[in-house]
Amino acid sequence: MNMENEMKLEFISKSNNEAFARIAVAAFVSSLDPTIEEISDIKTAVSEAVTNSIVHGYEDKIGIIHITCKIINRKVFIEISDNGKGIENVELAKQPLYTSKPNLERSGMGFTIMESFMDKLVVESVLGVGTKVTMEKEIKELPKTEGLTLEEALRG
Amino acid sequence: METIYLEDQKTLIFRISEEIDEFKAKDIRRRADYEIERFMPKRVIFDFNRVSFMDSSGIGMIIGRYKQTAMLGGKMEIANLCPAVRKIFEMSGVLKLISEVNLQNEDLPELKEKIV
Repeated sequence: MNMENEMKLEFISKSNNEAFARIAVAAFVSSLDPTIEEISDIKTAVSEAVTNSIVHGYEDKIGIIHITCKIINRKVFIEISDNGKGIENVELAKQPLYTSKPNLERSGMGFTIMESFMDKLVVESVLGVGTKVTMEKEIKELPKTEGLTLEEALRG
Repeated sequence: METIYLEDQKTLIFRISEEIDEFKAKDIRRRADYEIERFMPKRVIFDFNRVSFMDSSGIGMIIGRYKQTAMLGGKMEIANLCPAVRKIFEMSGVLKLISEVNLQNEDLPELKEKIV
């Protein structure tokens, strides 16, 4: 079955919107009938990206975070962007356990989680302009259950 | 989050019941530090039984409380990780540092009374 769908979200960079953002994306993706693990991976990756925009991009100033989410066949494409201060060195920021704010008890795992929980991660950033994170994940089709369908069973 | 202090065992238990992200981690951190400094426990247990979601903010928060507890001479442990939460913990390498306990097998009669 060919299926296409798209949604956009915009919200201000307050950390109590982190839950809203990941739950909205999860609800949008739920039409693909993902497993609990797939949905939890997507929620975590969204939470990491949105937290980065709030804590690092806008540094607790108020700005707008944009999310665009597309479904094409069984693939989910999520784009999360901000107009914050940007990342000076994206490769360094993506290193496991690297954090620019060690004093804030940040674990430095954000990009590592996005990378390993999703199939694909692209980070584009321009200093003083903002950062865009694009992620992709395929939702596996569940194997057909063995045996007769209800219809076949009723027909005998 | 619910806090239980078992006086005779000098054990402080935090039963977290919210999704742990950056927003909630700040609140848990503030409350946990207050209780740890107040009771100076020998043992601190974070119970994740009611936690269905945690992102990396939770790891930062847990490492911070581990250091705080150790600095005051106590030991910190974690309990009841669901698969989603365990996945984050395993990735972080924190499980090599902080041990897991099974609260059901623990000899904490007072706790059992309080749970009922």
